[in-house]
Amino acid sequence: MQDVIITFLFLAILLYFLLGGADFGAGIIELFTSTKNRGKTRKTMYHAIGPVWEANHMWLIIAIVILFVAFPKIYSLMSIYLHIPLAIMLIGIIARGTAFVFRHYDAVKDQMQEIYNQIFIYSSFITPLFLGIIAGSMLSGKIDHHATNFADAYIFGWLNLFAIAVGLFTVALCGFLAAIYLIGESRAEEDKKRFIKKAELMNVAAVSAGALVFLAAYIDNVPLVNWVFRNGVGLMAVVLASLSLVLLWWLLLKGKTKILRILAGFQVSMILVAISFAHFPNFIRLSNGETVSLFDALAPAKTINSLGWALLLGSILILPFLGYLFYKFQQKEE
Amino acid sequence: MDDFLAARSQMALSLGFHIIYACIGMVMPFFMAVAHFKWLRTGDQTYQYLTKAWSKGVAIFFATGAVSGTMLSFELGLLWPRFMEHAGPIFGMPFSLEGTAFFIEAIALGFFLYGWNKLNRWFHWFTGIVVGVSGLASGILVVAANAWMNSPAGFELVNGQYLHIDPIAAMFNRAWFSQALHMCLAAFTATGFAVAGVHALMLIRKQNQEFHLKAFRIAIVFAVIGALLQPISGDISAKDVARRQPAKLAAMEALYHTSQPAPLLIGGIIDEKNKQVKMGIEIPGALSWLSYGDFKAKVKGLDQIPVDEQPPVAITHYAFQVMVGIGTLLAMISIFYLVLLLRRQNLLQAKWLLKVFVYATPLGYIALEAGWVVTEVGRQPWIIYGVMKTKDAVTPMPGISWSFYLFSAIYASLTVIVIFLLYRQIKMVPKLYSQPTSAV
Ligand code: HDD
Ligand code: HEM
Ligand code: HEM
Repeated sequence: MQDVIITFLFLAILLYFLLGGADFGAGIIELFTSTKNRGKTRKTMYHAIGPVWEANHMWLIIAIVILFVAFPKIYSLMSIYLHIPLAIMLIGIIARGTAFVFRHYDAVKDQMQEIYNQIFIYSSFITPLFLGIIAGSMLSGKIDHHATNFADAYIFGWLNLFAIAVGLFTVALCGFLAAIYLIGESRAEEDKKRFIKKAELMNVAAVSAGALVFLAAYIDNVPLVNWVFRNGVGLMAVVLASLSLVLLWWLLLKGKTKILRILAGFQVSMILVAISFAHFPNFIRLSNGETVSLFDALAPAKTINSLGWALLLGSILILPFLGYLFYKFQQKEE
Repeated sequence: MDDFLAARSQMALSLGFHIIYACIGMVMPFFMAVAHFKWLRTGDQTYQYLTKAWSKGVAIFFATGAVSGTMLSFELGLLWPRFMEHAGPIFGMPFSLEGTAFFIEAIALGFFLYGWNKLNRWFHWFTGIVVGVSGLASGILVVAANAWMNSPAGFELVNGQYLHIDPIAAMFNRAWFSQALHMCLAAFTATGFAVAGVHALMLIRKQNQEFHLKAFRIAIVFAVIGALLQPISGDISAKDVARRQPAKLAAMEALYHTSQPAPLLIGGIIDEKNKQVKMGIEIPGALSWLSYGDFKAKVKGLDQIPVDEQPPVAITHYAFQVMVGIGTLLAMISIFYLVLLLRRQNLLQAKWLLKVFVYATPLGYIALEAGWVVTEVGRQPWIIYGVMKTKDAVTPMPGISWSFYLFSAIYASLTVIVIFLLYRQIKMVPKLYSQPTSAV
């Protein structure tokens, strides 16, 4: 059963990254769109993500619940030493979620719209940035649970080069996913062109940020290169991701949009696979060189069993319904 | 502010904020489903307008409820990591089922809000019902988790180790039923009165009478049923508390001395230093009866509880008085309304009654918050009753007071914006939903 749970945890994180990430990205794209075109971008975006908006963000809740039920030690370590970035990310989530809905449902459309827009755009940048920082800091090996002063314990654990590089990489990936997604959603030829441009831009940004991550890993002594290139799965994932990148550019230039999405999703999944497989089952690296693994912190068997069944039964209920939601609103766009 | 107090205040604030949105999210879908159903059956345009108008409000509340709920699932760890480290695997079951319920709710909401003219009409209606049912289910589940904190079950504590964990037994702890029942009724009562009150105000102002009358009639049915059942369910809760948490009961009633028979205290000013109650009315034997169904039963007072295990008396007692006072008042208003209904009074002429409903608008929510203060503060100093003290659960990170100020500011601004948005929605009703012939 524990494998079921770990699989669900991985899937929840992956799906949050793909689906939630795409809609963070929509805000990021808005941020990097000239004011002139923002109105149009917003409209396409609203049609595309409005109906699935709430559902996309449920994956985060699922991941967190799995974490505190099955891996309480990890949840509590993160909660203590990454309190500050988690709180900032939460503020981002609050600001974004409410601004998105408020701007659509405000009965009077006046200058308030601009305020919602600003909040939405900036929080769309902050949230994935800190999400990435949190993920990065778990691998950075800078979390110091014996520290005696505030800064070492609660700040430098996450405020380090590697974590920030991962944060920027995450932002770029979200923007990339969104651009690809929106290409398929836009109806006017002109919009499509704009999103293709954005996708190219974001792709360049992602590749550069990826390089930055490796550089930062080198400086901060994170054995990233070892993890990724010294094992078969990691290596294969990276090779596949790179190959699909070439394919992706080719398709982008030819204007084939449907398959692009799958390819972009695949690429991002491969990156996540490469990173998580390499040091599985370790989840957090501490500054004294110790690691906390998923198995160290496992909840008792009975809990694991009930959680596993709850997840399995839950997905029988959820997945068809969710699939139908995506299908139904996809279909309407044509 | 010291960090421990700040952590408790932040937790209370976040929950107090979330619960309002959560209750609206649980109950409004049922109101909408009724209006929607009437539209589908009668084709009366007003009902469609009503469903749409309400659904916009719900979208705003749902988003706020969802983000504050997301906040909570992290906050349990951010503020109480030691608690979650031990409690997570034990009381996590309802949370994991709740995840499923939320998910279904969010999907159904997507269908409902965006499905106008896109889905089969009855399927569309059905998705609205699904939103309500899964919302209700998640409410029940999360309350079961809270009930476990009041009535821990499903594990054994051996030398500080939590052994023999059984998450199913933990979920069905002794308090879950009485708390969940009372909570659901509270959600219906509070939201029912709030919605009825807003529409009553518009009726008095003679705006879109047909629209607001229909709205009022739907909301009031739920409100009245809830308000009439609430005292009964409250009595079940009180008996339950008497059995499982005598310290909480003593604090609720400011019963400093063990008494046989014990009187019921109404009102009164608590002097916590001298352990005295000034003024206040005592009804002899009533507490014994309410707690154990026997006018002569002995009720444990605070003198039998170690000093370091006593909850704050004044807050618990005042909050309890507020809840019960409002509960009684709302039940009386409901009876009045029923009497008028039987006499076939025309509501639009009974202006004074409409005014009563206007004044009652916030009362249900005040009672609901007060009730939670009773439950939560009455459990102190324990975070898991009898097992773990709240002060041992708090995060070691200093500086929580800053976080408390920050989040207070955020919640305050959100509240202001939501009220502002709602005001705008209501103001736009004549423009968006007027019919040329609006005869009543
Ligand atoms: C509209 C709201 C509302 C109203 C009118 C009432 N209550 Fe209540 N009460 C709640 C809303 C609430 C609540 C917020 O929902 C609580 C907090 C925890 C819970 O399960 O329900 C609660 C808790 C609560 C408890 C503590 C339960 C526990 O700790 O497990 C008792 C003993 C009562 N109530 C009793 C009453 C009585 C005798 C009422 C008589 C009229 C009453 N309540 C009206
Ligand atoms: C510690 C306490 C709580 C936690 C951790 C929590 C967690 C959450 C989370 C994560 C969400 C977001 C789900 C979404 O996106 O739809 C949420 C929403 C919700 N919560 Fe809570 N919650 C708590 C307390 C409560 C209580 C006391 C109730 C009510 C009885 C409640 C009822 C709901 C409902 C109905 C929703 C759906 C959102 C809506 O309809 O507005 N929650 N909660
Ligand atoms: C939704 C309505 C709720 C309200 C208004 C509420 C209110 C409060 C208050 C006032 C406190 C502070 C008590 C004190 O220390 O003085 C508190 C603490 C707490 N509550 Fe609740 N509560 C609610 C529901 C829940 C639920 C459903 C859960 C969990 C499943 C929960 C978990 C906690 C925790 C972990 C604390 C911190 C420890 C403590 O101080 O007791 N609460 N809550």
